[in-house]
Amino acid sequence: MKTLDSVRVGDCAVVIKVDTSAELKQRLFDIGLLEGTTVKVLHESPSGNPRAYLIRGAVIAIRNKDAGCITVKAVEECL
Amino acid sequence: MSVNNEVTVALAGNPNVGKSTVFNALTGMRQHTGNWTGKTVDLATGVAEYNGVNYKFIDIPGTYSLKPHSAEEEIADDYICYEGVKKVVSVCDATSLERNLYLALQIIETKRDTVVCINMLDEARKQKIVIDISLLAHELGVKVCATSARKGTGLDELVSCISEKSTQKPIRINYPPQIESALQFLVPVLKNELSGDVDERWLSLRLLEGDNKAERYCRDNMGDKYGELENAIENAEEFLSSHGVYREDVSEMIAASLYGLSRELCKKVIVHSSEKDNKGAKDKIFTKSIYAYPVMFVALCVVFYITITLANYPSQLLSTLFVRCEELLMMFADRIGLPQFFSGVFITGGFRVMGWVIAVMLPPMAIFFPCFSFLEDLGVLPRVAYVLDNTFEKAGTCGKQALTTCMGYGCNCVGIAGTRIIDSRRERLIAVITNSLTPCNGRFPAIIAVLGAFLVGGGGILSAVVLAAVIVGSLALTLACANILSRTILKGEPSHYILEIPPYRKPQMSKIIANSLIDKTLKIIIRAAVVAFPAGMVLWFVSNTFYENQSLLFRINSFFDPMGRAIGMDGVTLSSFFLGIPANEIVLPIALMSYLQAGELASFENVAYIREILVANGWDIWRMACFVIFCIAHFPCAASIMTVYKETKSIKWTALSFIIPLCVGVILCSFITLIKVLL
Repeated sequence: MKTLDSVRVGDCAVVIKVDTSAELKQRLFDIGLLEGTTVKVLHESPSGNPRAYLIRGAVIAIRNKDAGCITVKAVEECL
Repeated sequence: MSVNNEVTVALAGNPNVGKSTVFNALTGMRQHTGNWTGKTVDLATGVAEYNGVNYKFIDIPGTYSLKPHSAEEEIADDYICYEGVKKVVSVCDATSLERNLYLALQIIETKRDTVVCINMLDEARKQKIVIDISLLAHELGVKVCATSARKGTGLDELVSCISEKSTQKPIRINYPPQIESALQFLVPVLKNELSGDVDERWLSLRLLEGDNKAERYCRDNMGDKYGELENAIENAEEFLSSHGVYREDVSEMIAASLYGLSRELCKKVIVHSSEKDNKGAKDKIFTKSIYAYPVMFVALCVVFYITITLANYPSQLLSTLFVRCEELLMMFADRIGLPQFFSGVFITGGFRVMGWVIAVMLPPMAIFFPCFSFLEDLGVLPRVAYVLDNTFEKAGTCGKQALTTCMGYGCNCVGIAGTRIIDSRRERLIAVITNSLTPCNGRFPAIIAVLGAFLVGGGGILSAVVLAAVIVGSLALTLACANILSRTILKGEPSHYILEIPPYRKPQMSKIIANSLIDKTLKIIIRAAVVAFPAGMVLWFVSNTFYENQSLLFRINSFFDPMGRAIGMDGVTLSSFFLGIPANEIVLPIALMSYLQAGELASFENVAYIREILVANGWDIWRMACFVIFCIAHFPCAASIMTVYKETKSIKWTALSFIIPLCVGVILCSFITLIKVLL
């Protein structure tokens, strides 16, 4: 199983499970990151943390520590 | 027309959807609209009349959902869900409709009379996104209209949407069967016992999620019938868990249903969307370290260089103007025979200090804040927060603090008020306390003058570079202090951090200038002038009142002398910092006045002259270093202290934000003194 922080820049992945604190979970749901959502890794900041993801048409920065709690499945095709 | 006929309309939407631009267009009122997530921190209201009806528009802080996470979103939630606003305009960004509809659906669900406003249509058109507005209106069952608020198109239609009553039935959002069944336990109870502003179905959903605010609302409004509801909640939860659904799953199921619906709607109404998505393609500058840090540093230097050089001329002009005014006032006072004591207190004291503060403060702020707004509107600042987050995370805080720190360079009050963009209270307090470690515009002139007198000839570029070094030093100090705070009195895990990076947008120049001048600069100047006048009066009084042949000022200086010496300065400098609490810009002038044993403030334009005075009074490079450090790290000014209290509503944190920077300054200066002694 892969986590979101290990997906390479430019690749896409589908969220399988969000396993974070309740507060962050709700936050992620609100920006549209939930089970089944396709996420594209756009780029990383100079230090490699945080990284920016394309989620439902918006660019969102998430820390690697938090992205590490999101289980994903790599997909070939970016939607 | 009487006030009773007024219709209150709340404007809600995701951060950064041009909500404030719509608000400005509707009300004609100037209000700051930055390209920064969650910028609208206070509720701005504006009144306008359309077709004989008075409307009161309320600009609600940007939010992603009606479940609040920060103090700011709490305001949005309170307003839309519980305050009983009848009409809500849900502003959506046409370029990311799917996520925006999620909030719009939530608002429709509260059963408010909702108008959906699809904004930024011009930007969508550029991205070849075409939306079938009438189909969307049909699907949602509410009025929908399209606008490009920046260009001012579609606003008439929006007004007519607001004024007309919808004849359709709003869409009903269906949830998975388990949740629908569980709702049946709660809705009837609420229907019988609650009458009024909040929709039962919506409230029941919140109760199923275990929302504290919804529970509190019910408790407050149901009286002794609340027990019945508690039983119903228990039954509903029992039912859900028997079907394998637990409380933490409910929120996800609700969010999934809402997003499922908005995705479905998007598929229907977006007629055409461009295939290639080039979002983030332009972000090379801020994602490669070889560019990112130098670009940020150079940008900072440029902003300061512009501020310093351009501010000189208007500053001199203003100061000449005030000197002239003072002369005229003096002449007038002589003519009417005002006793010398009064003309001293009011004119040479109050008026001169006030004039001084305005002349020194106004021009740099009037240049700095528009520069800052420009970068903000362009979309650079969120990227700075993105790049610097890692550094701040290591110090136990978050990258958004980088922004409030930057604002602090302009004015600490603005920086402190700006900490509202930080979600976690712990991190917000750290940002508040450490903000005064950022030298503001009021302290720069003194730092520049002293550095110029001892180190460089006072050249523009050179002093900008030295200043940039001071800024980097103060940033390091801020991080170190934040690090210590987050390990001691403000212990805790760095909270999560989700930051939306908006696309680069062309700033609207006229708006930037009008907003940053009126919104920030003028407000600050008025605040500063109000405290500077009485401070000047006190200053004149203490320097012109003699007791046993020594002025009170001299006595104060002697009193502070041992303490001042202990931290590498002298009594004059230390008491100047205390007397300069009302406005930091008068610290150095007070010190010079004391050294010259004059009864009034003297100007310090000539760097060589300052050096002469300072050296004659025992200053060396060590004392200069202590002065600069103490200038960065000492207690905040009066206006900042008031702002801290306003923001934290706590005497304890206000006191700590006074004491902590002071301790930092005292420790560092004592350390330098110790080194000097040991050498």
